Amino acid sequence: MCETCGCDAGDAARLTAVGGGAAHAHPHPHPHERVIVLDHRVLSHNDDLAARNRAWLAERGILALNVMSSPGSGKTTLLERTVADLSPSGPVAVIEGDQETVLDARRLAAAGASTVQVNTGSGCHLDAAMVSGALAELAPPDGATVFVENVGNLVCPALFDLGERARVVLMSVTEGADKPLKYPHMFRGADVLLLNKIDLLPYVDFDVDACRDAARRLCPGLRMLPVSATRGDGLGDWYDWLDEQARPVAG
Amino acid sequence: MHELAVTESVIDAISAQLSDMRVTVVRLEIGKLSGVMPDAVRFCFELAGEGTCVEGARLDITEPDGTGECRACGSVFPARDPLALCPCGSAEVTVTGGAELTIKAVEVADHV
Repeated sequence: MCETCGCDAGDAARLTAVGGGAAHAHPHPHPHERVIVLDHRVLSHNDDLAARNRAWLAERGILALNVMSSPGSGKTTLLERTVADLSPSGPVAVIEGDQETVLDARRLAAAGASTVQVNTGSGCHLDAAMVSGALAELAPPDGATVFVENVGNLVCPALFDLGERARVVLMSVTEGADKPLKYPHMFRGADVLLLNKIDLLPYVDFDVDACRDAARRLCPGLRMLPVSATRGDGLGDWYDWLDEQARPVAG
Repeated sequence: MHELAVTESVIDAISAQLSDMRVTVVRLEIGKLSGVMPDAVRFCFELAGEGTCVEGARLDITEPDGTGECRACGSVFPARDPLALCPCGSAEVTVTGGAELTIKAVEVADHV
């Protein structure tokens, strides 16, 4: 007899729905096997931890930003400069993600940020559990700004919510202007796009408008901020954008 | 290769509920716009499943489309990639959905 509906299916298999009263379908599958409906979101564990991080950060008025790009776009240089410029007006901390070494964490600590390095080993992205552990270690003061520098990778980090307030995607003019189209998931989820190394524009063949158009095909209305982290161009706009994020969310 | 992390999450979630059973089929839904490659998940599933309750299980994957909404002509159509073009030719398309990443169900061998 079928455990779910009580029908007499003879020797046929039993179909058992578990959780959420899912529909009980007939006919049954082959003998001696039964179906268990799970409807379980694969990333729910990460998403739950991310929600916990987000609540923890909100309680403390901490602004956390997930900074992502391919390797070599200038994430660390941008953050070095940002830390140096912003730390006089408030606490700034960095969670630094790399497969190996503490080289970047040293650079950011030298710039004035309290920093925790997360080495992912064979891992290609940070996840919410890593950030949770790093936040506990970092213990940022209330009202701090925390930059999470993700592992340099335009593919995998796009999938993992860390609990950040916003996603900052960085690319540089030494990369192709069509990069957003090649890595659509990353750009689709961006809250702001920083176009770095604009001091090199006279020396490279890079179409800024084409890049903006490509990014906006994926993320309509996406704001693009051209900057040079080494020379300082456009950083005022970046700091203004950070100020906007730090304001409490209305309602 | 985030598919390894994704696949491990699948196996962890199933093992947490059904560790004492022998799972014969795992039914996954991987949306076409989820950023996860079904073939890579299949590859990882065999390796990561060794020694767990899903060892030897068959993996059935369905791949639902997303939805494209054209901002030029207003039509709504199935979107199979994040850069979907509207049948009218416009690239002014807002794509939603298609990001499903769900363990729908498993089949387990009965205790006979």
